[in-house]
Amino acid sequence: MEPIIKLVDFRRTYRNGSLEVHAVRGVTLDIAPGEFVAIMGASGSGKSTMMNTIGCLDRPSSGHYYLDDVDVGDLGRDELADLRNSKLGFVFQGFNLLPRTSALENVELPLLYCRPPMRAREQQERAMAALEMVGLADRADHYPNQLSGGQQQRVAIARALVNEPRVLLADEPTGNLDTHTSIEVMGVFQSLNAQGITIVMITHELDIANFCKRKVVMRDGLIRTDEPVLDRSLATEALEQLKEEQRAVHLA
Amino acid sequence: MLAILKTALRAIRRNILRSILTMLGIIVGIAAVIVGVSMGTGAKAEVDRQIASMGNNLLIIFSGNMSRGGVRGGFGMQPNLTERDYDTLRREVTGLAGISPEVRATVQVVAGNQNTSVGIWGVSADFADIRSWKFQSGENFTEADVRNAAKVCLMGKTTAASLFGEGIDPVGQTVSIQNSPVAVVGWLASKGANTFGQDQDDIIIMPYTSVMKRLSGDTKFRALNAAASGPEVISDVTNQITAILRQTHQITPDKEEDFSIRSQQEMSDFFNANNRVMTILIGAFAGISLVVGGIGIMNIMLVSVTERTREIGIRLAVGARARDVLRQFLIEAVVLSVVGGGLGILTGYWLAPLLTRFAGFPTLISSQSVLIAFSVSAMIGVVFGFFPALKAANLDPIDALRYE
Repeated sequence: MEPIIKLVDFRRTYRNGSLEVHAVRGVTLDIAPGEFVAIMGASGSGKSTMMNTIGCLDRPSSGHYYLDDVDVGDLGRDELADLRNSKLGFVFQGFNLLPRTSALENVELPLLYCRPPMRAREQQERAMAALEMVGLADRADHYPNQLSGGQQQRVAIARALVNEPRVLLADEPTGNLDTHTSIEVMGVFQSLNAQGITIVMITHELDIANFCKRKVVMRDGLIRTDEPVLDRSLATEALEQLKEEQRAVHLA
Repeated sequence: MLAILKTALRAIRRNILRSILTMLGIIVGIAAVIVGVSMGTGAKAEVDRQIASMGNNLLIIFSGNMSRGGVRGGFGMQPNLTERDYDTLRREVTGLAGISPEVRATVQVVAGNQNTSVGIWGVSADFADIRSWKFQSGENFTEADVRNAAKVCLMGKTTAASLFGEGIDPVGQTVSIQNSPVAVVGWLASKGANTFGQDQDDIIIMPYTSVMKRLSGDTKFRALNAAASGPEVISDVTNQITAILRQTHQITPDKEEDFSIRSQQEMSDFFNANNRVMTILIGAFAGISLVVGGIGIMNIMLVSVTERTREIGIRLAVGARARDVLRQFLIEAVVLSVVGGGLGILTGYWLAPLLTRFAGFPTLISSQSVLIAFSVSAMIGVVFGFFPALKAANLDPIDALRYE
């Protein structure tokens, strides 16, 4: 199958005064539609830089990045914005919801910027549908501070899905969550992936990476290993197991 | 568009106290514009009313030259306009609606046991029309009265009130002026104060012949009052009068005139020029406070952009273009300044009548000034909101998302 994300000898160099920092030093990577990829690595390994480029927030210094057959390196600021709007959905570690703004309005946010503009009525319906997908339709009018961490992250996922993107990008989506909630969120990702949505996520927890289908490990700006996950965890089973463990702790 | 407006209103409501304080600069500035301009237009309307009360298309020919600099001892110090001048002008100038000599005397007037000191104007029968005097009762004296130096007079409201009592019609009464009986034939309708604040109703008007022969003994006029038949002939009439008087006064072309002509328009221009200076001055102060208010908006918008860096990052990440962010913050600034401008207009509306009541200043709020104030406040929002909005729009999405 034609890859949706295609990096060819991708390099990214930052200039810090007279010092050149090579964050990514030549990565070639294909991600096909329907994949569920974890990108792992220590801080400074270049995984965030790579994620920024995949997310069209940044452009390669050299090499090529094709998103859905479009060479992102040639595009201007506005065109990048349009790509982010139409083909990508973002989930962040810190949720990044707008405060004092209802869950529904947060989910509507990307639709405000879609071209051609969408009618308010349709925006609301789409946002509501996205909230239903993550099981939060009944919390549509809640403000972020009235929601738990897991619920906030699910709102963020709904926001990422509302534009029906080609790829869902998640930057340490479980970094701020406890184990139980993390597994719940991974469960949401797994069921979305099962519906055919391509997901690329950064994590530095092996447990979390094991919920994905493919594991890419980076070090010093290069890919070290790139392998399929062999004994893949399933969120439903993991939750059962966690419950049993907790019961055991209570009994002891 | 509606969504952006909603977002802007929400952002303003979120920091309602801060927003109001920010708007205060605009509120004060716009209120100052409204009040200042209303003072200017009010003063102009007042001057126009007073000038109009002097008559229509009025020309006054004064004895002596007033156009030369230096102290000339005031007009009429040496009356040099004669009966012959008056006759010649009346006969030869075309486009005149009326002409009247003017002599004055201040005398003691007695009626019964009341007496008052009053300025008596000696004029022709044309005078009442020239100066737009209306009659409350009775009527004007006649040409025959003028020829005969008849002992008749017209009486102003204030004078009548002090001699006969408030509101009592003096027509038919006889008053004693320097021991000779004078019949009151007309009661003049009130004109109020003139531009100098003098009471125009404290007056007795008599045929000029009567005043000159019986009271003052003058042989020359201090001034002539003339009315042109229409505003379009005023300058033509002025030229004719100048030419005739130069001739009768035998003034060679190299000499200056020994008389001067003032038109009503000139007088109105003179007073309105003063008002214009005042309006410009107040306008300048209001302008300064508007600029200060605008800087306040810019300041708070910069703070807001910094506070909401993360929000901007999120918006950019989900696909907002730079111009979407620019528009959002620009509209927010404009909403701030326009709401402030609206409140300022209301404040001005409320303040202007207070100024009239407590400081006696005539004020008149024109819809034009409201319109200008409103568009100025919107412009301030655009001008002073542009820089912060640009700053927001140019943020790098990665940096903005990472901003703590």
